[in-house]
Amino acid sequence: MPALVVWIGIDHCGDSLPSRRFCFVQERATIETIWNGLKEAIRLIVSQDPALFEILLLSLRVSGTALLFSTLIGVPLGAVMGLSRFIGRRFLIALLYTGMGFPPVVVGLFVYLMLSRNGPLGQLDWSIIPNLFTPAAMVVAQCIISFPLVAGFTMAAVMGVDPALRQQVQAMGATRWQTTVAILSEARVGVIVSVIAGFGSIISEVGAVMMVGGNIEHRTRMLTTAIVLETGKGNFDLALAIGVILLAISFITNVAMLYLQGKGFDE
Amino acid sequence: MNETIYQLRGITKSYGNGFALRLDELDIRRGEILALVGPSGAGKSTLLRLLNFLESPNSGSIRFMGAEVRPGGAMPLELRRRVTTVFQRPVLLNRSVAANVRYGLDLRGRGEGDRVKSALETVGLADLSHQRARTLSGGEAQRVALARALVLEPDVLLLDEPTANLDPYNVGLIEGIARQLNQEHGATLVLVTHNVFQAKRLAHRVGLMLEGRLVELAEAEAFFESPADPRTAAFVRGEMVY
Ligand SMILES: Nc1ncnc2c1ncn2[C@@H]1O[C@H](COP(=O)(O)OP(=O)(O)OP(=O)(O)O)[C@@H](O)[C@H]1O
Ligand SMILES: [Mg+2]
Repeated sequence: MPALVVWIGIDHCGDSLPSRRFCFVQERATIETIWNGLKEAIRLIVSQDPALFEILLLSLRVSGTALLFSTLIGVPLGAVMGLSRFIGRRFLIALLYTGMGFPPVVVGLFVYLMLSRNGPLGQLDWSIIPNLFTPAAMVVAQCIISFPLVAGFTMAAVMGVDPALRQQVQAMGATRWQTTVAILSEARVGVIVSVIAGFGSIISEVGAVMMVGGNIEHRTRMLTTAIVLETGKGNFDLALAIGVILLAISFITNVAMLYLQGKGFDE
Repeated sequence: MNETIYQLRGITKSYGNGFALRLDELDIRRGEILALVGPSGAGKSTLLRLLNFLESPNSGSIRFMGAEVRPGGAMPLELRRRVTTVFQRPVLLNRSVAANVRYGLDLRGRGEGDRVKSALETVGLADLSHQRARTLSGGEAQRVALARALVLEPDVLLLDEPTANLDPYNVGLIEGIARQLNQEHGATLVLVTHNVFQAKRLAHRVGLMLEGRLVELAEAEAFFESPADPRTAAFVRGEMVY
């Protein structure tokens, strides 16, 4: 009878403890499960299920904070790399491109090692260095994932602006700073896209937050890690509900950005 | 009268291979229209970039209104803001026509909407003020470039082949505006043109540039009627001199 069989491998033990062991089970999902799941998803969303909203809010908070920091670092960095020529620029670009394609799990591993109690940063015991399995640790990891994307796309956008514009703006009396602002403003669509890309890369990312956050209920459970968990427990409806929310978030973000983009043109 | 506004001495400018510009001496008078003619690659646009202080020379000095630029140096902002250029290939901001014309005023922290309006009327583009600048035709874009310069009421206006791609009506319009700016506002104009007739119509003095050098600089009448340099004579007759 089941027309579609989905084989799913998941972490089944990471429910309450930051898990050390990974064990895999296999469950069967049918078309019917998916259909029921979608209906349940809508019910959970419409009824504003508290468990779901807690996870949603934490995800938005963590990814939003990470995005804020990576925008603050990435846009100026991308602008400088796009606008100026300096020694070591090519090398920096190569590093940036590598960072743009970095697997989140590897970033997770790296942050995990740095922040763990015996790690280079964990040892320092400074208050600004976050502990593992906290939202702050997840912010750090997501920041590292997203800022190369923001910087890389910003750089490309800035480099795409007609190079003759710089002198023409200066000829109208722009200072160095006003010239930079004018070029960034010409590249605004690309800069907005860089921020969207940065957000997209972290809101849907699971590897890093799983490793440094640990998927702890009420503390570090994010939308993506919750999907992994609920699927493993066979709660396809909840998993799907979260999936639908994730899709909705990206859709809304993109629509909002496109709208802002459109506004930039006419004044 | 005959007060000099620019004094260039021993200028060289190079971009790696050879000299783009080599000027031993050039004085530009306040309130004159100086036309520069010469073949492609002669260094005309390069000279305008130096006169607008967008680049500094590799050697020599440029005196302007009591200040001086030497290699690696910069002109004080308020003096630099008395000069502007209408470029050979204008690049407009991806905004409305009006916003493009207002831009230079915005940079100076001055929001004079009526100036923008009258500059657009002067170039005959008042109807297009809300249109996106990137959707304009080449001739319209060139006129926006002129309007965004006019709105600044510059003491010096540098024009780099401002009518190269225009129809006769617009050529006449722009020449009229240039003449008016010079006569009524006393603006100093440096006009680069490939059109000998345009130089004849507008300029008080004309200079011929060849391979980065100023071959001859003379009063317009002398330049056309009794050129001192044989290359100028050839150029005026419309012969190839390069
Ligand atoms: N930014 C630059 N980098 C390298 N070379 C340049 C640059 N600008 C100008 N040159 C060179 O300097 C020389 C003079 O160029 P310039 O643009 O001043 O000529 P022009 O007289 O304006 O010519 P045209 O009539 O074709 O506009 C040319 O050989 C050009 O290739
Ligand atoms: Mg030129």
